[in-house]
Amino acid sequence: MSLMQISEPGEAPRTAEHRRAAGIDLGTTNSLVASVIDEQAVTLGDGQGGQLLPSVVRYLASGSPRVGLTDQQFIHDDPLNTISSVKRFMGRGVEDIRKLADQFPYEFVRAERGMPRIRTVAGDFSPVEVSAEILKALKTRAEQALGGELEGVVITVPAYFDDAQRQATKDAAQLAGLKVLRLLNEPTAAAIAYGLDQGAEGIHAIYDLGGGTFDISILRFSKGVFEVLATAGDSALGGDDIDRVIAEWLLDQAGIGADADQGCLQEIMYHARKAKEALTAQDSFAFSIERPDGALWQGRLERVVFEDLIRPVIKRTLAPCKRVLRDANIDVRDICEVVMVGGSTRIPCVRDMVGAFFHCQPHVDIDPDKVVAIGAAIQADILVGNKPGDDMLLLDVIPLSLGIETMGGLVEKLIPRNTTIPVTRAQKFTTFKDGQTAMVIHVVQGERELVSDNRSLARFELQGIPPMVAGAAHIQVTFQVDADGLLSVSARELSTGVETGIVVKPSYGLSEEEIEHMLRDSLTHASDDVSIRRLREYQVEAERAINVIQVALAENGERLLSREERARIDMALAALQAVQDGDDYLAIKQAMTNLDRATAEFAERRMNASIHDALTGHKVNEFSG
Amino acid sequence: MGITLTEAAAEHVRGFLKKRGRGGGIRLGVKTSGCSGLAYVLEVFDEPEPEDVVFEDRDVKVVVDPKSLIYLDGTELDFTREGLNEGFKFNNPNVKDACGCGESFNV
Repeated sequence: MSLMQISEPGEAPRTAEHRRAAGIDLGTTNSLVASVIDEQAVTLGDGQGGQLLPSVVRYLASGSPRVGLTDQQFIHDDPLNTISSVKRFMGRGVEDIRKLADQFPYEFVRAERGMPRIRTVAGDFSPVEVSAEILKALKTRAEQALGGELEGVVITVPAYFDDAQRQATKDAAQLAGLKVLRLLNEPTAAAIAYGLDQGAEGIHAIYDLGGGTFDISILRFSKGVFEVLATAGDSALGGDDIDRVIAEWLLDQAGIGADADQGCLQEIMYHARKAKEALTAQDSFAFSIERPDGALWQGRLERVVFEDLIRPVIKRTLAPCKRVLRDANIDVRDICEVVMVGGSTRIPCVRDMVGAFFHCQPHVDIDPDKVVAIGAAIQADILVGNKPGDDMLLLDVIPLSLGIETMGGLVEKLIPRNTTIPVTRAQKFTTFKDGQTAMVIHVVQGERELVSDNRSLARFELQGIPPMVAGAAHIQVTFQVDADGLLSVSARELSTGVETGIVVKPSYGLSEEEIEHMLRDSLTHASDDVSIRRLREYQVEAERAINVIQVALAENGERLLSREERARIDMALAALQAVQDGDDYLAIKQAMTNLDRATAEFAERRMNASIHDALTGHKVNEFSG
Repeated sequence: MGITLTEAAAEHVRGFLKKRGRGGGIRLGVKTSGCSGLAYVLEVFDEPEPEDVVFEDRDVKVVVDPKSLIYLDGTELDFTREGLNEGFKFNNPNVKDACGCGESFNV
């Protein structure tokens, strides 16, 4: 540590000045920045009354890219150079994006290290670089509003974001020149905005119905810590679906065919959205729409009809709600508070249905579009040190277990899932072969027993292990997950201190569905996994035994064994080799016992011989000292 | 366990207080900061706060607020020279790891 001098009372930089910090909700459709000003968390506008910054970046042939509202129209005019929904690509590999790419007009190009880039008139850009443009715009906005450079920011991410996606978000922030104090899960941010962290311990549900996605998260707050118990959702369900059912009703009522031209359909969607927004407060909404044939259609949508129309859409959110309760292994009556997030939760009918489902009145006081950014701002304010004495420390958990590959393609879990972060765990491993000087550390994520059934995160090699007999080297592998959920792995050979490590970088992403799938798989395959692990362990053990015997035979088999003895060992060895790769662990076990028995005498003679060799030529008094 | 001082540290504190002309002793504490969690506070105090825990070692009064004491209990304050710098050093048995810049630590 650095050396210190004695300061005057209170002079030790406690919080002499207010430090500028901001919370950023980096959304798929819209982004927001908020900050605590005079003890109030407020979202920061663009100076013209706008608060939401559309997460849209338009690249121009010359000049810097343009971010936000004014460019949204260009999605239609200039689709190839106007990038939206970039969050969906964060931390994803080329393979993952290929699946998503069909829904987007962009031209993806493969780049080094598998990171995809989007081709525009201004050049090729990675999703990280596109996100950085959005963050830069928010940074400028915040610095103008706060009158100076930001000390740090808290950026929110979906609870199901994996290490690769989180790292990509951090990389984007770094590129934008922002210091990330912490990445915060979006549902946790919403809970903080409502001060649930100041309240009693309990289990809360965060219902987030955005424009195009739906997420439901169950958080448990205990001992000052929020833990994500489970998440579920639908990545293709949101306010847009509500607009669509109203638009369909409009087409039907106005007698316009669905084959009408694009411009007309967009017009209808626009009216549908207006109606939805108006019917949040009013009981009816009047339309006046020009039909393709030039005639004017006028009509009226009553709130009752509107609610009947959208109810099926909202009902679709309740299935994930049921699922998440089941996954969290709790009853709906265990839920203490429900927090509403996302613009679509303004609709009274949504509130009523969610309230009825969870048997409680949901929190709706904070603007549901801003609640996540506000929570992030409150957290940033604390982390930057503006609230001395406030010891709130937010912790999250890792969604999937982390471990390394051991012999036989098996996984040794170092950190089990649901461990609260930050966390550090270390375990010792050893070499498998005599004279082995390097070891590959393969970091995997998942719940299954076999490496091949889990997700590979990273792979590196520890070199410079001094040659020793198998099992003599001690290699300590340390896993450290920081408060942002980023994993660093290091391996260290304890006798020499040689060390190497890695921070897990994006290799490819993982969706919410895949995490769920991986978890479910581990349950359905639990008994298979146990038996395959047992088999692999015997296989590895057999290989090791064969190795040892072969080395020993080559060394002094000739000298110590008679022809018959040698034949017996060779037979037992061959018998083990014959079953070694088979599926029958009992056969391997039996063959190993036989080999053990056949070589017992040989082992003893070897021992005696080595003692004899060691002692021969020395005087007794050499050993007595 | 409490807080102790090495003779070198005590000597420097006494010298510091004498030069300053007033002051009851030193305050040790922790605050959240730096890149690894917590950072130390070392300052002079005139009057202890009511909730402070007061220690005395080698004729130096040391006060610590109860919350910081959780992180500091057992700490020995040393005064040492490292290269061209000299200053106080916290030998804190609670520290699990410290960050690269040396400003902050974790327990």
